Amino acid sequence: MLIFDHSRPGRTATSQLPAAGGSLDDLPAALRRKAAPALPEVSELDVVRHYTRLSQKNFSIDTQFYPLGSCTMKYNPRACNSLAMLPQFLARHPASPDETGQGFLASMFELQEMLKDVTGMAGVSMAPMAGAHGEFAGVAMIRAYHDARGDTARREIIVPDAAHGTNPATATMCGYTVKEIPTDSTGAVNLEALRAAVGPQTAGLMLTNPSTLGVFEKTITDIQKIVHDAGGLLYYDGANLNAILGKVRPGDMGFDVIHMNLHKTFSTPHGGGGPGAGPVGVSQRLLPFMPIPLVLNDNGLYRLATETDLPQSIGRLSANMGNAGVLMRAYVYARLLGGEGMHRVAEYATLNANYLMAKLREAGFDLAFPERRASHEFIVTLKKLKDVTGVSAMDFAKRLLDYGYHAPTTYFPMLVPECLLIEPTETESRETLDGFVEAMKTIKHEAETNPELVKGAPYSLPVRRLDDVKAARELDLAYPVAESMPPRV
Amino acid sequence: MNIPADLKYTPSHEWVRVEADGTLTVGITHHAQDLLGDMVFIENPAAGRALKKGEECAVVESVKAASDVYAPVAGEVIAANGDVESSPEAINKDAYSAWMFKLKPANAADVAELMDAAAYQKLVESEAH
Repeated sequence: MLIFDHSRPGRTATSQLPAAGGSLDDLPAALRRKAAPALPEVSELDVVRHYTRLSQKNFSIDTQFYPLGSCTMKYNPRACNSLAMLPQFLARHPASPDETGQGFLASMFELQEMLKDVTGMAGVSMAPMAGAHGEFAGVAMIRAYHDARGDTARREIIVPDAAHGTNPATATMCGYTVKEIPTDSTGAVNLEALRAAVGPQTAGLMLTNPSTLGVFEKTITDIQKIVHDAGGLLYYDGANLNAILGKVRPGDMGFDVIHMNLHKTFSTPHGGGGPGAGPVGVSQRLLPFMPIPLVLNDNGLYRLATETDLPQSIGRLSANMGNAGVLMRAYVYARLLGGEGMHRVAEYATLNANYLMAKLREAGFDLAFPERRASHEFIVTLKKLKDVTGVSAMDFAKRLLDYGYHAPTTYFPMLVPECLLIEPTETESRETLDGFVEAMKTIKHEAETNPELVKGAPYSLPVRRLDDVKAARELDLAYPVAESMPPRV
Repeated sequence: MNIPADLKYTPSHEWVRVEADGTLTVGITHHAQDLLGDMVFIENPAAGRALKKGEECAVVESVKAASDVYAPVAGEVIAANGDVESSPEAINKDAYSAWMFKLKPANAADVAELMDAAAYQKLVESEAH
């Protein structure tokens, strides 16, 4: 039920209205509304109940274990939120003079420096406001670099078949054609295929390490040499940075450009579409092309860099300091952890994933890459179970909801049939992980003895199984406000 | 495994039927639709379009993913099946009668390079984990 369904003509709530002042009489008639906006007419209690009920329907990290692979749904420490909400940060006008915002700008500068340290890159810009925005900035810098050298024959970006779908999309948006290369049976980049793919047309390689298959690319040194020898640059997709935070640095692996998802690795709230933050880090040779704004330390005065400071910049990606509120939360998170804490993030993320993987293997689940140690996530394949019982990974995922667990990522990566991509993160206790294993065992038993039960799940949620095909084919996104609420004049 | 013996196949999971007049009818295999799941949208190439071998020329989108369909050989599109565009579920019901487009090959001999049913069967088995 939408808030509009509660609407009754004339019903209002005014006790929290801001004091009205001034007059609109000097607004030109052409700019004024002809009719009142179609807002719901509800009481304060209607509003409170409506949104409280909605929040109770929310399946979130605050209420449930959320092992959504490749999304790093870790706990968002409340301290990050409360400090970022200090009025000195929150109420600061983005266009106020640098001199009056030194606390905020110093925080941003320090975050830039910490991100440089932890990734081993020569420079960082926090202008991009989402992971995909960061990817776009990264590949745009690769292009700017080749173009600045007059090396314009490089028109191709190589992407392994295990990559996130955003990688080929980004390359295409930046005007490149995409060349896909296969992974071998252990989930690693096939070096022979890479050697065959590179050449004078190669602009770069986009790589996620650890990959979306949950394994570390052990031949990264060879990979970087093959690409660099061919004149290409190396792009690091930071989706899985949580697994190696403070342990291995993309800069040391030879990457030229990286984007980080602060809403994953640095624990800012996400899900439901953001807001995110996708800072980019670059090697020495890409420094001139970084997007603005970024923070400079000008003899002790922090200020935002402009086109004058970086004339070769790929351009301005946000009006002010990126998603400033998200960046502040990430800054507090980084300060709370410190250097040693960042090591622990990677250690416990990896330990939890391997513990869960071992327990599920003991319980009779098939692993997609049983010979490999997990990074921070791993893949279970339910192919055999489906062949025998007809219960699919999707049925399994829906049944997990009944047991109070958010489903892992399903059917990604596409390379593995009937797969669940499971990422527990470092913030979950052993008891939670054991509880999840028990639920998985129970559902497996249900699938083997009463498959129809699992195929009909979920039973305990506000909505039952949705018709995915109808939802995709008959999009119904706009509430017909006009029908129920004739505009008032 | 549903792999009719009278059809030809590609490593990217298209099936090809060589018609009596030498034209080719193309669709995606039963195995491909099984991997993709319930179909939602089909986008076919326009008639008259010239295709290179391996060129992305159509899109099948399911509830799980969108996937490109590739030209099995070089040639010209002579017809596209509007019925599967309006009823994508036809591909789930019977992948081999729900054809997507017809192609006039640039070189009739190219058809010999396509896989036969036995070779495709082997490929599918090798891709299974």
